[in-house]
Amino acid sequence: MITVNALSKRFGKVEAVRSVSFAAPDGRITGLLGPNGAGKSTTLRMLATLLRPDSGDALVDGQSATTAPIEVRRRIGVLSHSSGLYPQLTARENILYFAELHGIDRQQARARVAELAALLEIGEFLDRKTKGFSQGQRLKTALARALVHSPRNLILDEPTNGLDVMAVRNLRALLSRLREQGHCVLFSSHVMQEVALLCDEVVVIAQGRVAASGTVEALRSQAGEATLEDAFVKLIGTAEGLN
Amino acid sequence: MRGIFTVFRKEFIENLRDRRILLSALVFGPVLGPLMLAALLQLSVSRGEATFDKPMTLPVVGAEHAPILMAMLESKGITAEPRNLGEEQIREAIAAREITLALRIPADFGERWARSEPAAVEIFADSSDQFGGDASADRVAQAIRAYGRQVSQTRLMLRGVDPISTMPLVIHDIDVSTPASRATFALGMLSYLAIFAMLFGGMYLAIDATAGERERGSLEALLTAPMPRPHLIYGKIAATMAYMLISMVLTLTACAVALNYVRLEEFGMSLSMGPLTTLKLFAVSAPLAVLGAGLLTVVASFTRSFREAQSYLTFAISAPTLPLVFIGILRIEPSPLVMATPSLSQHFLMMKVLRGEALAMPDLLYSAGASLLIGGILCWIAGRLYEREAILG
Repeated sequence: MITVNALSKRFGKVEAVRSVSFAAPDGRITGLLGPNGAGKSTTLRMLATLLRPDSGDALVDGQSATTAPIEVRRRIGVLSHSSGLYPQLTARENILYFAELHGIDRQQARARVAELAALLEIGEFLDRKTKGFSQGQRLKTALARALVHSPRNLILDEPTNGLDVMAVRNLRALLSRLREQGHCVLFSSHVMQEVALLCDEVVVIAQGRVAASGTVEALRSQAGEATLEDAFVKLIGTAEGLN
Repeated sequence: MRGIFTVFRKEFIENLRDRRILLSALVFGPVLGPLMLAALLQLSVSRGEATFDKPMTLPVVGAEHAPILMAMLESKGITAEPRNLGEEQIREAIAAREITLALRIPADFGERWARSEPAAVEIFADSSDQFGGDASADRVAQAIRAYGRQVSQTRLMLRGVDPISTMPLVIHDIDVSTPASRATFALGMLSYLAIFAMLFGGMYLAIDATAGERERGSLEALLTAPMPRPHLIYGKIAATMAYMLISMVLTLTACAVALNYVRLEEFGMSLSMGPLTTLKLFAVSAPLAVLGAGLLTVVASFTRSFREAQSYLTFAISAPTLPLVFIGILRIEPSPLVMATPSLSQHFLMMKVLRGEALAMPDLLYSAGASLLIGGILCWIAGRLYEREAILG
């Protein structure tokens, strides 16, 4: 369960995030939709305790990202925008490194990697150095790394960027499975169809503010538009930056 | 603490697989260092030998005009090799490196000699010649001058003058250097090499662990690990330090082995670099690794990319080694302040170890204390840097 309360962040003169509030409940997939530069990544980075908010707070399972960042980090799995891996380590070693950083003992970590390998279908390249991995292989490895400590909450920043159709389908299936297991999944995207297909809840962000939120259906009726696209354009005020 | 160790071990193993890092840490210093050292020493040994009484041949034009002089030169190990060349031809031959020097005796030499008038001889040599022509010319000139003095004294005695009265002053050169100290003078570069190799050995790891991590995009994920951020960077600094120490151990060991092949004794130098000396050299210089690893990590943390870090760090590693280059020129003497200056103090301590002198406890404390203190501060700064948001780039 992630709760965001009036989160604000500015970089110099730019107000990247202005008093953003929303909730991402357990067992649901929540999508953060907005054009490029709307403040999605900044919001997620504050949730991931990478950035400190200027005001407001984010709570993860009741723990504050500002006052208890380490507790928050234990409870979240983060797939960041870049999701870089260590090229000289194998996929398995990459994942085990993070298990160790999370304080999981060796034996448990090995079992967990086997579990994730089956879930993400990464068995065939698990023991290869990640140098030269395809985008899809990198993403799966990074995802396994983010899930290695079995976090209740998963935060993904534009996870489908640069993936081919099959990889996107696989990711979608995986996120649905995590939802069924009761996880809280929060992801950002500027791709409308993706959000419409996958999300239970949508938070529309534009120019650092929440423009609207609710289920896809609710948003559509709120805007009084027949198609999703028209509804989003109306809510955001412009189609710029959306796909 | 466990987190620091986790990061340390991962960095250590990962970088062991990186050819570039491995080359810089384990090959550059340990292989090239001793080779350079041995080659330079061998060169200075063999150049030193050239000024000793080693037999040499001397192209002489007009040798027939001064047979006694030729015999005298022969007795000093200088064999005349009669040539028939004009002045222009001599100059050309030297320029073409066919000969390095030549002695010319004018036709009127014998006549002037007989009349007790100054008899001229000409030595042709190229003073810009780096291959010893100039040194050989000095040797020939000295031999001729000595002979001239001998003859003048004989002439004075024949005329009833005590030659001693013509020598109001005498200078005696007394060389108080011992074979060991002469060796260490030439080995001043060993400390330079060892310190440089040490810093260089950790350079790529420092870059990879900071700017490299950010450039690869793995930094964000790492920063979401549930541990204080400074611990992450302490682990990285520890790995850099480990590479520096390994690089230094290997370099010193390789130098110790290489020195066995340099004929230092023949040059009147003695140098023992046995296991104990090597161990001492390592012990006095090891604290500098803390400072070096901290310094390189802090500098690399400010950079945005691997390439940028590389250019800054190349400067950063020359900073601690620069004073060593100027030591000889500036004539820096060990003082408490110098002994508290990192890299300089390690240099002086290493020199003392090589000379076989006893190490003074205050010197050791100043040296290690200052390096560890500054290194500690740098590590702390690196930790602070990783708490800033700007570290994300």
